[in-house]
Amino acid sequence: MSHNQSETTPEVGRPEIDGKAYWKEVIRLTLALLAIWFLVSFGAGILFREVLDGVKLGGAPLGFWFAQNGSIYVFVALIFYYCIAMNRIERKYRIEG
Amino acid sequence: MDWTIFWVGATFATYIGIAVWARAGSTNDFYVAGHGVHPVINGMATAADWMSAASFLSMAGLIAILGYGGSVYLMGWTGGYVLLALLLAPFLREFGKFTVPDFVGDRYYSDTARLVAVICALFVSFTYIAGQMSGVGIAFSRFLGVDFNTGIFIGMGIVFVYAVLGGMKGVTYTQVAQYVVLIFAYTVPAIFISLMLTGNPIPQLGFISNVKGEDVSMIQKLSDTLTSLGFAEYTTTNKTTFDVFCITAALMFGTAGLPHVIIRFFTVPRPSDARLSAGWALVFIALLYTVAPAVGAFSRLNVINTVNETTYVAPGEDYAAQAAALEAEGVTPSPAWFTRWEITKLVGFEDKNGDGIMQIRGPNAPDGLANEVTINNDIAVLASPEIAQLPDWVVGLMVAGGLAAALSTAAGLLMVISSAVSHDLCRRTFFKGMSDKSELRVARLAAAGAVMGAGFMGIYSAQLAFVAQVVAFAFGLAAASLFPVILLGIFWKRMNREGAIASMLTGLVPTFIYIWHFKLGAGKDAGPEEWFLGVSPEGIGFVVMILSIIVGVVVALATKAPPKDIQDLVEDIRVPGQRRPHGIADAGMAPAE
Repeated sequence: MSHNQSETTPEVGRPEIDGKAYWKEVIRLTLALLAIWFLVSFGAGILFREVLDGVKLGGAPLGFWFAQNGSIYVFVALIFYYCIAMNRIERKYRIEG
Repeated sequence: MDWTIFWVGATFATYIGIAVWARAGSTNDFYVAGHGVHPVINGMATAADWMSAASFLSMAGLIAILGYGGSVYLMGWTGGYVLLALLLAPFLREFGKFTVPDFVGDRYYSDTARLVAVICALFVSFTYIAGQMSGVGIAFSRFLGVDFNTGIFIGMGIVFVYAVLGGMKGVTYTQVAQYVVLIFAYTVPAIFISLMLTGNPIPQLGFISNVKGEDVSMIQKLSDTLTSLGFAEYTTTNKTTFDVFCITAALMFGTAGLPHVIIRFFTVPRPSDARLSAGWALVFIALLYTVAPAVGAFSRLNVINTVNETTYVAPGEDYAAQAAALEAEGVTPSPAWFTRWEITKLVGFEDKNGDGIMQIRGPNAPDGLANEVTINNDIAVLASPEIAQLPDWVVGLMVAGGLAAALSTAAGLLMVISSAVSHDLCRRTFFKGMSDKSELRVARLAAAGAVMGAGFMGIYSAQLAFVAQVVAFAFGLAAASLFPVILLGIFWKRMNREGAIASMLTGLVPTFIYIWHFKLGAGKDAGPEEWFLGVSPEGIGFVVMILSIIVGVVVALATKAPPKDIQDLVEDIRVPGQRRPHGIADAGMAPAE
């Protein structure tokens, strides 16, 4: 961390934060999660549906299931993972979210 | 009927009670509930705000008819929350003001940009709210024997009390109550139908299970039944893959760009609460959205099994006696629920071949018979308690659930409309010196005016053709005109005033013309071969959104970079807790905290 002098500049009132490095990590996380978002909905539910429909989940063709149910579960998981990962990044950069 | 009156009365009394308790004391209370809403509570309010009368009543039936084609709504109206959580909500909360036009106007240091954003927000919200109000009118006239217009006036009265008194604060807590009503009404019948058809009480699991007592899956059986009657297979669609892609995308980006959804995230205390809140919102939405395809499939199968080839029993006479007489002759009478719902005209039977037997047939029926039975999309949900043979008090709850869904969405939209007038137009554009106290008074007046406007649009909704095209207009315009400028405003520091205005207009004008032409204008009856790139009016918002981003970026690069104040502002909103006032960006209004 290039800005570890945060404790040594109390006169500013706010600790100095390495905003650029922080933002880079946020962007990397965001892009990774959006890739999954795209894969489960536009990928599994639309573009590759016919291939996946050859596989059955219980009684449902898999592509069809992703389009009507599966993608929604992944969306929920993605947002909560994002919250956890963002809290971790913010702690690392000493940001009070 | 008595239970319907009981539930509607009881829930309406609750909403009024909450409104009296949650009065707004300042503009901060009125527009953003004092930034003090707990993220889980806001998630629940967002879910009610989001799920409209159409989500509650019509979506399951629509999916039942469209089969795989209905997936666009399921993915489209949930996937947008991922975009909200990751790309918009926390940053807009850190920006710290009241409305979407606040962000557009201040980030792009331009009242012209603010005005274009206000126009988009108003058009989208009015289109959307008219449908909610006419839904309220229909619910009252069909189920409570009240005149359509009187029904709308009752709905207006209820919303008036909590939106005008409580503003966002009142709206938030009534939405929480409305969510509880609507999710209970939706899931209880679904659980019993799932149990009845598949033996599994969880509808999401019943959806992928075998039919009870048989060695064939529910979806397979539905597909086989449909094809044997001349319908298309359940897991297919007649839309092209590209069109399905575009519609899904337009609905997702549109969801993320809808002002009444975005402003819900201004009510939580911190950016981290905004993203958490988006997660909870999606949990509460998913509770209905993952059940809806199951309800749709169950009801399609069940309707065919119980109605097809049965002998018609006319309404108005003693059903039990007629049915008993038919059974004595050894024929199966049509089910009681069909007869009961025929009075509301949501189901119908036309005996085309004069044999007194109800034939359900698709367009390619192998036996060449014509279809004689019409079933409104809303029946899948409305008749679900009767199909599951649940007690009368559950049947009555469905209407209260539909009204809760319509009123909660209407209230959220009212907040956008009234703040656009009192805050964006009056305080931020035309009367910049306005005090907080007079702004609050104007806000209440604007909310009252918006309630009237919405009510009258509901009353005249049959004459206002564009109102019926909410999906295309509201989502298309939100995706193409609002989403790009907000996204670029956060993620691209170089984005400037000229680029933003060019981008919004590029989004607004072609989308509007395209939808108008193919939905209401000369191209109304045109087939997919005349559509641009084969994209339907519902999906065009996505194509124009791409164009709007390109135009915005090109124009921004060709013109001067935004002032330093603005660039500093963008850096601040990216990092939680770093927001400081920045000259021209905050001269008109200080950010929160």
